[in-house]
Amino acid sequence: MQLIFFYILAIVAVGSALGVIFNRNVVHSALSLLVNFCTVAIFYFMLNAQFLGVVQILVYAGAVVVLILFVVMLLGAELGEQVPAWVTPQTLLMVGLSLILLTVIGSAVFEYPVQGTHGNLTTAAVLQYGQVELIGAALFTDYLLPFELAGVLLLVGIVGVIWLGRKTSSSQ
Amino acid sequence: MIPLSWYMALAAILFSIGTYGFLVRRNIIIMFLCMELMLNAVNINLVAMSHYLDSLAGHNFVFFIITVAAAEAAIGLGLVIVLFRNKKTIYVDHINELKG
Repeated sequence: MQLIFFYILAIVAVGSALGVIFNRNVVHSALSLLVNFCTVAIFYFMLNAQFLGVVQILVYAGAVVVLILFVVMLLGAELGEQVPAWVTPQTLLMVGLSLILLTVIGSAVFEYPVQGTHGNLTTAAVLQYGQVELIGAALFTDYLLPFELAGVLLLVGIVGVIWLGRKTSSSQ
Repeated sequence: MIPLSWYMALAAILFSIGTYGFLVRRNIIIMFLCMELMLNAVNINLVAMSHYLDSLAGHNFVFFIITVAAAEAAIGLGLVIVLFRNKKTIYVDHINELKG
């Protein structure tokens, strides 16, 4: 049952990822990406990462895709797309390079098993404290400095976007 | 129980699709979407390993990656808007002032 679910979701994920790159309309690509993000969120749920699944839907599907759609519609970029020729020497070279990459990653995945010390995110701990509490405790103890840096990064992002989006004399 | 390597193989496939799209498409917004695809593939890997090792590290890493991806999306799209305002194009082949 779980396996069938995994197969179906994997097919949807790969199909929507292909839809992102093979659609000629940018809006359709963004909507394919939305489907892909939702399947990735369901994979997180399957992997017992419920918090990350919710964050994925909120941030990626809710914010990033909407932002991209806004930009596409502001620019009117979905119209007048120049359709590239799919089969050119350059494209074939890129297909070859991507296939080599896939082969290398795939063989690495199947040849070298993942090993490591087991952490403390066990079922008992999740039942006792809850998953979000465990992640939050780790964020504010072990990962305090990255957490603060992420805050600074978001602040810099906000300031940078406001600066980029200002009206300049040359754009009048 | 689904084997860990299946999740990692799926992530590899998604990553390769993202790479291919990034290399082939010339529309800067599509290249941007492909970058998000690659980030998501890496996130699947991290969450899967974290699940099979009972570790919290992967969860925290994915949390930070999502933060960085959100900031990067905002800044990248701001740059695209400024670029379109100045150059009236979003095709990277037409943005060749530096002759790199």
